[in-house]
Amino acid sequence: MKNSTKLLGLTGLMSSLATSSLAQEAMTLDQKVNEAFAASTGWFVNFIFMSFPGTNFPWIVMWLVVAASVFTLYFGFVQFRFFKHAIQLVKGDYSDPNDAGEVSHFQALATALSGTVGLGNIAGVAVAVGIGGPGATFWMILAGLLGMASKFTECTLGVKYRNEYEDGSVSGGPMYYISKGFNELGLPGGKILAVLFSVFCILGALGGGNMFQANQAHAQISGIVGDYPGWITGIIFAAVVFAVIVGGIKSIANVTEKVVPFMGILYVGAAAIILIVNYDMIGWAFGQIFAGAFTGLGVAGGMVGALIQGFKRAAFSNEAGVGSAAIAHSAVKTKEPITEGFVSLLEPLIDTVVICTMTALVIVISQQLIIDPDTGNYMLNEAGTAIATVDGNSGVSLTSAAFASGISWFPYVLAIAVVLFAFSTMISWSYYGLKAWTYLFGEGKTSELVFKVIFCIFIVIGAAASLGPVIDFSDAAIFAMAVVNIFCLYFLMKLVRTELASYAARLDSGEIKKFNH
Amino acid sequence: MTVKIVIGLDGTDTGERALTFAKDLASKIGDCELVAIYVIEWSPFTFQTAEENAQRHKRREEEIALATSRVVQPAVTQLEKDGFKATGMVRHGDVAETLNRMTVELGAVQIIVGRASSDGFAKRIFGSSTQNLVMHADVPVTVVG
Repeated sequence: MKNSTKLLGLTGLMSSLATSSLAQEAMTLDQKVNEAFAASTGWFVNFIFMSFPGTNFPWIVMWLVVAASVFTLYFGFVQFRFFKHAIQLVKGDYSDPNDAGEVSHFQALATALSGTVGLGNIAGVAVAVGIGGPGATFWMILAGLLGMASKFTECTLGVKYRNEYEDGSVSGGPMYYISKGFNELGLPGGKILAVLFSVFCILGALGGGNMFQANQAHAQISGIVGDYPGWITGIIFAAVVFAVIVGGIKSIANVTEKVVPFMGILYVGAAAIILIVNYDMIGWAFGQIFAGAFTGLGVAGGMVGALIQGFKRAAFSNEAGVGSAAIAHSAVKTKEPITEGFVSLLEPLIDTVVICTMTALVIVISQQLIIDPDTGNYMLNEAGTAIATVDGNSGVSLTSAAFASGISWFPYVLAIAVVLFAFSTMISWSYYGLKAWTYLFGEGKTSELVFKVIFCIFIVIGAAASLGPVIDFSDAAIFAMAVVNIFCLYFLMKLVRTELASYAARLDSGEIKKFNH
Repeated sequence: MTVKIVIGLDGTDTGERALTFAKDLASKIGDCELVAIYVIEWSPFTFQTAEENAQRHKRREEEIALATSRVVQPAVTQLEKDGFKATGMVRHGDVAETLNRMTVELGAVQIIVGRASSDGFAKRIFGSSTQNLVMHADVPVTVVG
């Protein structure tokens, strides 16, 4: 997750570590851990992020985009046909008032979104546009639109095959639909694939959903208050997360879950203000996006370079096909599993098509990317790897500079937003990891506590050390989830099509009605 | 025909006063059924963690059981002891909207509620549930001070 942005955070972290003798000792230890870890897991990381021969296009990105395209065609462009219906479901038009008090469609969507909206939308987009130029935005939007069909497929299955326990609690996600769905279809290997998915999910939760987030949060905080040892941030974060997930201190979670959406709205609002102020440039910016999408406008790799960056960013940001959202969405109260599929397809739309595009537009309009006045093309930096920027910024600092050009104090808000997004992503992934853990080791207080404590320990490790290979491995684990998940979705998608046909027919016939509110 | 009257309870003294007034009214009407309703304030548009969502159904059952045993059942028992025909129910939702909807569904003719018990900042801006009910109800509302 947010893979390409981590270098920035790691660089900041490295410099902060260098200022402390304590941390310097840790670095020596880190280096030892790095070497040992890289030697044993490097092959796995290389395999997952391997590029097609002669290109720098990772096959895993193609795997996600092809799957999204297949699901789009297989379900007859469900993301467009049922878009309006999805909005009506979120508004509660089809919710039975007698079910009030249960998890609503809106709540399931908001919970899943808080797990995906984060660094990818802020820093990741800057990396994509910085390398692939404005044209990357076009491909990012396209991949986001296609990804809606992947989410639809996995989240429908997530609700359909969840476990509902006697005490009323639920557990759902790919591990459940893979084992139950394969069983229903009489296919072999469901249990093994479910276990494999769970293993990757735990590793991904501890890495991309935890260590990477802690790492980036520390980089942000130290960027504002000055360098200090990362373990301090780690311990504070771990204590707060511990209080929430182990101590059950709901008030912290409640505050976060209210502040995070507010931050998201503030972020989009600030972007909108900058766009409104520069309304005369929006046409030009879209011109750059379309021209860049098909010509590259001088970026490294031309059109293909733009396409790779855009696809990559969308896939890494909205997690469509990874299977994480299916865990988050499975708690909703509905008699029709497919309704949650419809609702979930809004997720890539909000995450990628809206928020990521806003970031990209602000960066383009702020003219942080330097254009050669003679050719109209973008100028490359000295290394020729990315577009030259006004102050040499890239990643989150490029986004920050772009926003600062419109609203001077916004970088401070942005830093707070990044930290809060990191925190909410951790809380979300602690749950995804926990569900995979309990699938493997059984539900129960002790089993859950063991995972939660491990999760908190990894926060400290993630914030304190620059364990590059460990984080690489964890990122690879998240995408390995997608390898298993999508492979299984190809077999299970016919089950979703049956649900879709039945639901669509009942909706058309008027059997499924709106409730009067 | 039995006349139904809804009493909105909130677990405070004002709810008690509403109950007393309802008994007084019912004894004058004669053939009357009193329906004591406790609405647990809830919105489908709040933000929750994934774990809270997974536990939600269980929590909802617990909330209903608690409200029934602490507020609604004692009220119903008291009403029955005093010789009135009474039923009770607990619902989740927006207090004003839910009380009104239940009243319409039950075919009740009036809602009796207590005056807003506290006077906070939020209430100054958004109005209390009582104010909202008075403004939007489909049947006459009696607010007991």
